[in-house]
Amino acid sequence: MDFAQIIEQYGISAEAIMNARALVLMGSAIGAGCAMIAGIGPGVGQGFAAGKGAEAVGRQPEARGTIMSTMLLGAAVAETTGIYGLVVAIILLFANPLVDLVVPKA
Amino acid sequence: MDFGSNYIELQLGSFTFRLSETIITTWIIMAGLIIFALIVRHKLNKFEDVPKTGFQNFIEMIVESMDNFVAGNMGEKYRYFGNWFFGVFAFILISNLSGLLGFRAPTADLGTTAALALTTFVLIHFMGIITGKLGYFKGYFEPVPFLVPLNIISEIATPVSLSFRLFGNLLGGTIIMGLVYSIPMVIRVWVPAFLHIYFDVFSGCLQTFIFVMLSMAFIGDKIADND
Repeated sequence: MDFAQIIEQYGISAEAIMNARALVLMGSAIGAGCAMIAGIGPGVGQGFAAGKGAEAVGRQPEARGTIMSTMLLGAAVAETTGIYGLVVAIILLFANPLVDLVVPKA
Repeated sequence: MDFGSNYIELQLGSFTFRLSETIITTWIIMAGLIIFALIVRHKLNKFEDVPKTGFQNFIEMIVESMDNFVAGNMGEKYRYFGNWFFGVFAFILISNLSGLLGFRAPTADLGTTAALALTTFVLIHFMGIITGKLGYFKGYFEPVPFLVPLNIISEIATPVSLSFRLFGNLLGGTIIMGLVYSIPMVIRVWVPAFLHIYFDVFSGCLQTFIFVMLSMAFIGDKIADND
């Protein structure tokens, strides 16, 4: 639908549409910020894994290689939830699917 | 989804092709890897039992360490997976490091990582069916039959998490570096160097290693269930 057509059909002003879009953009920006709270979990989890890894190396320095690769693998898996949060935030900021729901692209 | 990457449009008859940076960089990397492989193939005839040149030493070292890595993770019987994983490893590693040369890393596009993760997904279930036969399908009904939907969801989550992990890490790095490069000050001369070390070299190598390692672990798990 055309921008002018919508204005004509629904009898709303261009200003009202811009306000609606601005509101959605504001919500998206706040939502992106909130999504990054997900970073807390992996931070704590990876720190815990690294601490345990350091402990294990201290106890068995000869098994350093195995401990390192196991720890990195565990840390990478723990990171997944954080990455999900990051992807949601990036989509909200750079490929926002919500703005076009308010008013189709002009 | 290729957040902010540029593209050129090609008009061929009535079709319009959009060639994004990702595709072109992928082609360059593929060309580089194929040419390297052809050079190695050409020199293979001159290789001797006892390596004399540094080049042969280098090739033998990387092939052997990859084979041993696979054999150590999946078992001696599946050493032949080294061929496949070395290709994946080389492609992802060069892709991640291509940011150093000013390219946009192809792995910062969900299309590339999803394709890579889907090949792993297909391999997991292909190997599951080959090694397990009917036992593979029985695996979905364990521990209790009404958990079938959950089992299927967890199988689908594997390629999703694999692709999003690589994609999220690389795209995050790309965006942060893009922000720093856009600061109109002296900062953009020397700060990006350290960011490149972290995001491209450290994070890139680590994510490559993790992608290959996790793929191996998932395929190995499916095989071990049935052996």
